[in-house]
Amino acid sequence: MNNAFLPVLTISTFIVLIWYSFSIVLNSSWALDKAERNDQKLSFSELVHDTWSQKKPKLPTPHQVGYEMWKTIFDKKVTSKRSLVYHGWITLSATLAGFMLGTLLGILLALAIVHDKATNLSVMPWIITSQTIPILALAPMIIVVLSSIGFTGLLPKAVISMYLSFFPIVVGMVKGLRSPDLLEIDQMKTWSASQFQILIKLRLPKSIPFLFTSLKLGMAASLVGAIVGELPSGAIAGLGARMLSGSYYGQTIQIWSALFTAAILAASLVGLISIIQAFVFKRMMIVR
Amino acid sequence: MNSFFLFSIIFWIAAWTINIFIAQSNLAKTKMVLPPILFGVSLLLIWEASISAFDVSPVILPAPSLVFIKLVSSVSILWVDFVQTFVKGALSGYIFGCSAAFGVALLVDRFKFLERGLLPIGNFMAALPIIGTAPILVRWFGFDWESKSAVVTVMVFFPMLINTIQGLQMSDKIHRDLMQTYNATSFQTLIKLRLAAAMPFIFNGLKICSTLALIGAIVAEFFGSPIKGIGFRISTEVGRFALDMVWAEITIAAITGSLFYGGIVLLEKVVTFWHPSQRGRS
Repeated sequence: MNNAFLPVLTISTFIVLIWYSFSIVLNSSWALDKAERNDQKLSFSELVHDTWSQKKPKLPTPHQVGYEMWKTIFDKKVTSKRSLVYHGWITLSATLAGFMLGTLLGILLALAIVHDKATNLSVMPWIITSQTIPILALAPMIIVVLSSIGFTGLLPKAVISMYLSFFPIVVGMVKGLRSPDLLEIDQMKTWSASQFQILIKLRLPKSIPFLFTSLKLGMAASLVGAIVGELPSGAIAGLGARMLSGSYYGQTIQIWSALFTAAILAASLVGLISIIQAFVFKRMMIVR
Repeated sequence: MNSFFLFSIIFWIAAWTINIFIAQSNLAKTKMVLPPILFGVSLLLIWEASISAFDVSPVILPAPSLVFIKLVSSVSILWVDFVQTFVKGALSGYIFGCSAAFGVALLVDRFKFLERGLLPIGNFMAALPIIGTAPILVRWFGFDWESKSAVVTVMVFFPMLINTIQGLQMSDKIHRDLMQTYNATSFQTLIKLRLAAAMPFIFNGLKICSTLALIGAIVAEFFGSPIKGIGFRISTEVGRFALDMVWAEITIAAITGSLFYGGIVLLEKVVTFWHPSQRGRS
């Protein structure tokens, strides 16, 4: 990891530089128009200054986004409707609820698939097909239908998150539960272990590394599900709603800061799973 | 409970019993095909029967037969939406994004320094909710298909990039040494050895991106679109509670997505016929 530090830093700096120059290019037409209307001539440094500090720029600069995030995360009260902590929490709770449900469903399905041949043959192809369906297209319908039978708020979003996150878990867990080789299963059988004992003492421990890889994928997927689930609900609360209302009113800085908050959220959730993974691996003495 | 509902339940039990029987037999060909079809058909039957048995309003969940009638009667609208969303939006963005990522990967491959820096960043970007850039890109590129294509390009770029870079690292050292003893140039090594070895990874990326592309194009339409397109139709018809139309669009999207994915799997079988995961499965 250490030898990656310098290259990563170089490329990140490069990206930021490109970003700043792009915001000059994209925002300049607005600045030039304004100057022309006021019969001014802009020098280059004035132009740069203007493009980097517009109120509704086409591409806000990193420091504008950073300032907006600082303002809406730390300076606003947490209960305020303008606080990103408030909106982030709403999205986070839907993400976590969907992630839990998805993990549970995924593990149960994987257990059924591994232990029952008929389930494996008849259900597994449909699980794979289910992911080639653009589920996010179902999002508006799930929300409208669930609200028409009385479920609003957290649950519809969690359902969408669940649908997106259960797939990586099923695939990973089926692989993991099947990872003990024939020799190990035979060994268990010579000890006259029951199917249940084989599951608890051999299959489950062996599947842990696969589980963690799937959990990371599932977590990222459920955040996407929660954000998209907020889009058709009429833009009330949550990071997705922030993006949608920003896009209605041309508040580009607001869109970008919601996007970055979502990115930080995703990174820290996946990071959290990595930390738990490192701890569990150490306790189970799994060497990677 | 009416008799149709009872029949669907009996059909389901019978289908499941047949599946158990097939699972224990050794009919290799039937094993792959029949059980999923039986399962799907019994699911559809139970759906249809439950709607009529429990008197579910079509506003909540329309019966499959209603959806099918709608599908057949509005083929022209569906075709316009399909062209707008899939051919213009998703496919163009998919081709553009995947080839751009492939090009960048080849470029990065020449410089170890770039590769070491780009791989962690690419991994990080691939886990981000890229779909959030949809509102921004729709503002930049306008409401028509160009913005959808741009969203898809951004979405597929990073998964494709990491898969290609990882694939290019896959060739064995001993094979590279052999190429060197043949006095192959680095370009020849790339074409004849390393790209071939990378193919399973490249196809993995292409498969992941095929589902992402359709999702990206549809979700981008929620942020503004001309009056056609799968995403546009779904969000407006949901507002009018015309759920049979919504389900018809979903059926089209599902069939498109599956065929797209299946097409790439087929291409993979042709291109990587030598790979262990493709052999011995005829």
